[in-house]
Amino acid sequence: MRMNPRKKVLQLALFLAAAALVLLLMQRLFPEQFDAGTDVMAEYGREIILVFPAVLILMGLADVWVPDELVRRYLGTQSGIRGLGLSIAVATVPAGPLFVAFPIAGELLRKGASVVNIVAFLGTWAALKAPEIGLEIHFIGLRFALLRAGLSLIAIIGIAVVTAKLAGQRG
Amino acid sequence: MVVAVIINALAFGLLVLSVVKSREKTVQSVKLALMKLISLLPWMLGILLIIGIVLGFVPPETIEAQLGGDPSALQVVIAAVAGTIAMIPNIIGVPLIASLVDSGASYTTAAAFLTTLLMVGFITMPMEIRELGVRITLWRNLLAFLAAVVIALVIGQLMHLGAAI
Repeated sequence: MRMNPRKKVLQLALFLAAAALVLLLMQRLFPEQFDAGTDVMAEYGREIILVFPAVLILMGLADVWVPDELVRRYLGTQSGIRGLGLSIAVATVPAGPLFVAFPIAGELLRKGASVVNIVAFLGTWAALKAPEIGLEIHFIGLRFALLRAGLSLIAIIGIAVVTAKLAGQRG
Repeated sequence: MVVAVIINALAFGLLVLSVVKSREKTVQSVKLALMKLISLLPWMLGILLIIGIVLGFVPPETIEAQLGGDPSALQVVIAAVAGTIAMIPNIIGVPLIASLVDSGASYTTAAAFLTTLLMVGFITMPMEIRELGVRITLWRNLLAFLAAVVIALVIGQLMHLGAAI
């Protein structure tokens, strides 16, 4: 899954060259749009620099201090409301895209964890990770982020319960 | 700005705590963060470039006319489908969406796109099916898509309500 760093640096260099070329062309051919565009880029660039290093540090810390093992331990065992609550709570911390969570979810499902817990875990991992909600508040606004998180939490529980009913325990 | 300060303070505080608990683990965390930075940098710059080019050429009035105002059902569904098939890392998607909202896109459209981007994965479906089976995968994604549309409509109403007061 992980690529080697040298390949990534090379990709980055290629990308930078291409981006510079596009910007140069834009400056030559459309100077007015170029000025407006670079103003916007500078503004969002500043916003990004302000929070991204911190968010990446938080994700790095979460990766190391909350390893998959810990997630598995808390997710697999409990059932009922307590189990559902744990599945949701444990999924707000880890970093990483959703497809990283699939193997964890699959393994626990095969070991007998309930479909409700597993689907709620995936939904939370997808939509309610703490560092990402922080970013959302920073960029879009507190009210939007809280509404989306609150409504998503309700939806995640609903989706988990209905999926378990419709797909059955076996999947 | 306040949020940026809080996020940075939190990261700094936890980093210090981590160093106190284990130097080794902290070094490992920072290495992971750097790796993530290198792999996300092309995405960040790419999205910045796209934001700059799009907003350079397309005036806010056009964005507001296409993605803003009173969102139609079609608009919401298109935004939800776009979020379903897009493979943008979440933390890159957020500033992208913010730039559209700042230029006049409605919160409804933004929420529809963001919610499916986060919760529904079309491209990753084969991976999900392999781990969880066809039935769980299809129901989970279908229900999440429908939920995203409802969430978007509710958010649109509630954000609007606030603006009116």
